Amino acid sequence: MKIETVVNGHKRIFDITPDELLADTLKRYDYTSVRKGCDTTSCGVCTILVDGSPVPSCAYLTARAEGKEITTVEGIAEEAERLAEHFGDEGADQCGFCNPGIALSVHALKLSRKSFTEENLRHYLVGHLCRCSGYQSQIKAIQRYLGDAK
Amino acid sequence: MKKTKTVNQKVRSIDGKGIMMGRAAYTDDFAPKAALVIKVLRSPHAFARIKRIDKSKAEALPGVEIVLTHEDFPRNPFTRAGQGYPEPSPHDKFALDDHVRYVGDEIACVAAHDEKTAEAALKLIEVDYEVKEPVLDFEKAKGNESVIHAEESIHEMFPIGFDPEKNVAAAYHMEVDDVEKRLSESEVTIESSFYTQAQAHTALEPHTVNARIDYLNRLVIYSSTQTPFHVRRILSQALEIPLNRIRVIKPRVGGGFGGKQAIHGEMLAAMVTMKTKKPSRLTYTRKEVFEATYSRHPMRIDMRLGATKDGRITAIDCYGLSDTGAYGEHALTVFMVTGSKVLPLYNKVDAVRFHGDIVYTNRMSSGAFRGYGAVQGNYALESAIDMLAEKLGMDPLALRQKNMIAEGESSPIFEIMGEGTAGTAMNMESCKLDYCVKRGMELIGYKDKYPRQEIGKNKLRSVGMAIAMQGSGIPYIDMGAATIKLNDDGFYNLLVGATDIGQGSDTILAQIAAEELGVDVEKMVVYSSDTDLTPFDAGAYASSTTYVSGNAVWKAAKTMKERLIAEAARSLGVEPEDIEFQGTSFKNKKDDEELTLSDLSNTLFYNDDQKQLSVTESYYGTKSPPPFMAGFVEIEIDKETGEYEVIDYVSVVDCGVTINPKLAQGQIEGGVVQGLGMAMTEDVKIAANGKLITADFLNYKIPTGKDIRKLTTEFAESYEKSGPYGAKSVGEIGIDTPPAAIANAVYNALGVRIKSLPVTPEKILSALKEKNGKHHMMGMRSHDGRNL
Amino acid sequence: MKFANYHRAESIEDAYEILQKDKTNTIVGGGLWLKLSRREIDTAVDLCDLGLDTIEEDEDVIRIGAMTTLSRIEESDALRNVASGIFPRAVSFIMGVQLRNVATIGGSVMGRYGFSDCITPLLALDARLDFHERGTVPLVDFLHEKGKVTDILKAVIIEKSAAKGFFKKVQKTAHDFPILNVAIVKKEKGTRIAIGSRPSVASLAKEAMEYLEKAPTPDEVIIAETARLAKETLKYSSNHRASAEYRAHLAEVYTRRGLMEVNGLED
Ligand SMILES: Cc1cc2nc3c(=O)[nH]c(=O)nc-3n(C[C@H](O)[C@H](O)[C@H](O)COP(=O)(O)OP(=O)(O)OC[C@H]3O[C@@H](n4cnc5c(N)ncnc54)[C@H](O)[C@@H]3O)c2cc1C
Ligand code: FES
Ligand code: FES
Repeated sequence: MKIETVVNGHKRIFDITPDELLADTLKRYDYTSVRKGCDTTSCGVCTILVDGSPVPSCAYLTARAEGKEITTVEGIAEEAERLAEHFGDEGADQCGFCNPGIALSVHALKLSRKSFTEENLRHYLVGHLCRCSGYQSQIKAIQRYLGDAK
Repeated sequence: MKKTKTVNQKVRSIDGKGIMMGRAAYTDDFAPKAALVIKVLRSPHAFARIKRIDKSKAEALPGVEIVLTHEDFPRNPFTRAGQGYPEPSPHDKFALDDHVRYVGDEIACVAAHDEKTAEAALKLIEVDYEVKEPVLDFEKAKGNESVIHAEESIHEMFPIGFDPEKNVAAAYHMEVDDVEKRLSESEVTIESSFYTQAQAHTALEPHTVNARIDYLNRLVIYSSTQTPFHVRRILSQALEIPLNRIRVIKPRVGGGFGGKQAIHGEMLAAMVTMKTKKPSRLTYTRKEVFEATYSRHPMRIDMRLGATKDGRITAIDCYGLSDTGAYGEHALTVFMVTGSKVLPLYNKVDAVRFHGDIVYTNRMSSGAFRGYGAVQGNYALESAIDMLAEKLGMDPLALRQKNMIAEGESSPIFEIMGEGTAGTAMNMESCKLDYCVKRGMELIGYKDKYPRQEIGKNKLRSVGMAIAMQGSGIPYIDMGAATIKLNDDGFYNLLVGATDIGQGSDTILAQIAAEELGVDVEKMVVYSSDTDLTPFDAGAYASSTTYVSGNAVWKAAKTMKERLIAEAARSLGVEPEDIEFQGTSFKNKKDDEELTLSDLSNTLFYNDDQKQLSVTESYYGTKSPPPFMAGFVEIEIDKETGEYEVIDYVSVVDCGVTINPKLAQGQIEGGVVQGLGMAMTEDVKIAANGKLITADFLNYKIPTGKDIRKLTTEFAESYEKSGPYGAKSVGEIGIDTPPAAIANAVYNALGVRIKSLPVTPEKILSALKEKNGKHHMMGMRSHDGRNL
Repeated sequence: MKFANYHRAESIEDAYEILQKDKTNTIVGGGLWLKLSRREIDTAVDLCDLGLDTIEEDEDVIRIGAMTTLSRIEESDALRNVASGIFPRAVSFIMGVQLRNVATIGGSVMGRYGFSDCITPLLALDARLDFHERGTVPLVDFLHEKGKVTDILKAVIIEKSAAKGFFKKVQKTAHDFPILNVAIVKKEKGTRIAIGSRPSVASLAKEAMEYLEKAPTPDEVIIAETARLAKETLKYSSNHRASAEYRAHLAEVYTRRGLMEVNGLED
């Protein structure tokens, strides 16, 4: 079947099977940043935005994305670069496999304009496993990025 | 130490931006689109012989390109362990075999044009098994009737105590003085057994490989590996492909922690591509990573300590039994580190013994994992030290301070124990353990908080601690090399075999070279880990990169500097002594005439006595200076349920000079949290039939950002003369202290000693009930974790 | 999960009709749990266009459309005002934001999962389910039914009467299934205690509730006895997460603490 979506601001038509999942579709259509870290929707690596909300693309039916706006980290390059600078300053960047997904969740948070305490932020990001950083440096970098740092 | 511009300064990682922005970086990003998809048929049995295997139906399925079984591979035993050659691990593995030795062991693989077809084909492979009695309990493995490895050609490369008929992969014994005698003479002794569990690495990037044949008809492998050069060598030996026909490229690796210090999918992808001449790709599912790669060696450690009444530790006896699982990768060396990077902490003993067996079982193979045996040993020793302190009526910190190793001192163990062989004597040229302990006490508020405080009716807060050491590379065995190449316009390429697996080695190596050559890090373009293009490096393991590879880079940069000065002198028509090297320019001291690096390089490329300046240097350690650390934890614990939370984890670390303080902090904090996972929740569990229960992130629980409230990390001022710019290693030490620190904190809170990892609320509660004399809860595990 | 056809229902009748056509045909809520199953489905029926994703409130009840995501529930002011907001709070402990942005309340209830952090508070809140064919069914009854459901859930209905609530999820990490969960709702007319993930699906602690009902004003002693009954009279089992004994112990502790809290007593 064919579906029409908007990816990173551009109209795209995807030719898919009915049970295809968005992570696989996006990978097939060369959105390299979309990667998978698990088979059970429990790591956060594959996170993308659908209509501005973070979702696990590894479990999201592509068929359901018909008419929706999809954002991968390629679509927020400047924001990602700025976030990366803060990660760099805090030493929060290690293997980086978790990073694009985090960048998207953080971007969604920024757009929501909610103000976040450190505790809130830790709760908000609980679905993004990171095996390298120990998290604290990431949290600090994100707080700086969001302009919430004291 | 002279003032540095780049080293020990705040420098951002050189690759963080591109990674965050999602640029193609990891192995799978480079798989050719048309690559055949490989899927692996894995054993449903813990131990069986394959009586018959029929792949004809699978091969007949449209879209299937090839199916490989053990009949398609040369029968060469090897070890998957990525270690120096000859390896201290037994050669006990075949690419595919007619025996399967754990649930998940490889039986066959299918390469097809898409994933669905490959999966469908797996179901069409017919296998008849002769199911054998598995050995699942490692305490019953030695001398068991069921022999896991009875194949003929398997062997050890040099004596490691390999005795497969008894299910023993390796064995070790060493003793200084007479331990039994000293223990019997000791005024105070304690004795206890500790159990450590299997832990899964869970790097977020699954093990990934792709293969192709290039236009020179050579096999090119992209692999998410920690040891590209070892991968090339092992592939060549096992598959009988000449070494010069193989190129291994390591792109960005999404975490390793030891889990990728081995061959995993490479063997199958290489064979598929060699046979079909088509590109292939293999990405492990998360289940396969959990079920069929590696985990940490589970161990039982029996500790006996002796001391005088006034708290001088006189003897340590440590017996270990280690479970290597189905294959013997890293069996001996991990076990030896349990002694060699733990017991020297208390170097003033009269006698010390370390001995034990590493046995085969029908569980997934154990392998290298950050800490590499030291975590297990540390948990046992540092728990036992607290137990001894209590018996002595001493503060556990005072006991440590009295007995622990100090700067300028040594331990006989360094000379006795090495990498599967004898070791190298060394003195602690840099050891700020004393400072680490004192500073850690201040940061956690030890004086006020030890041992516990009541907060509310059901809650207590308590503190616990442990000290640790690790190593910096493997002396006389592992070598690293670096090439620095000058380009026109005066920037450099730094080519290193060293393997960045996310720990930031590309960045810190660039910093070292940039510092020595007086340029900004941006002028040092790094390319690493490509067996065709970069010089050799043993790989990212044994905490070697900063120290060993870093020294190689430093040497190369120094040599390059000499060459540059010579060229500048020639160009300016003076002697080298007359040149003042300023990094981006050269000054003739006599007349202040300046020549820029950019001009010099351009001239060298195009105008005058043209040449390419390029230098390669190598380095191998002649010792392995240990980093040290004191770890302190404060927990809040619920007296009624045993649930507890980490309030703060304080790490004070002596890793010499930190080349990149923020990245070093990242190494410590990442290690600490991984260690806390091991201490608190992580536990690889199998069912009675050997099948893995914890095969996904739903059942295997690693810490999230919400679970550990605060990390406090500091570095001691320290300078290691033999290290590059004074650096030692920092990659592993962070993981060592949490298990003992947590167990000690729980004891300090509630007076119950948990002797098996992880320290779960349920074990705590059960131990409390036992302690309080209530009748024991039926079917519950006792505090030492054994089923009653 | 595999399916041959994807169908976006145009009306609930349309969805129902297709659902009856083939035994394997299945409603997709968020599709998350379906993804983990090995089922081979002929037609997946998506309800996403039917406007079932709203939370509506009148004087007496709150109606949560079956396709409402857990995130919406978490952020709903209406639900935060019911029984100390235990339902949104319970939901907030389920995995991460991404998952909650997709998982639906319909999928969460219809699965009757033992580990559910939704069902336990909903049971304590005495929620009712509104089905397309059968009409309204109390959740407590639905949980006792067995077998495949061929009806379509339209909404979950919660009463708005004044109440105090308590919810506790015991888990290993902040990103985990519950080892056990306890929900308590105290209304003027009585107190409901639900205990889930034992590890089987949530149940009301009936004997404990009856004892409490008959007892005079709850004090520490009465509450302790109620908690003991919750431990003694429900069935707890072992799995790799926890033993039956530990679960039973947790049930007692948190039932007691919860009852103290909803009765305004200091524990
Ligand atoms: C990784 C992971 C971890 C989780 N952890 C937790 C946890 O800790 N606690 C917890 O409470 N929950 C947990 N859940 C469950 C989650 O909260 C959802 O309940 C679950 O994913 C089902 O929601 P869904 O919308 O995805 O349902 P789906 O997967 O779409 O559907 C589930 C079932 O319900 C049926 N169904 C859905 N909607 C309707 C309807 N309107 N009418 C009739 N039938 C319907 C479907 O046909 C299907 O059989 C977890 C889920 C996952 C994937
Ligand atoms: S890949 Fe792990 S959540 Fe999607
Ligand atoms: S940086 Fe490696 S998983 Fe987060």
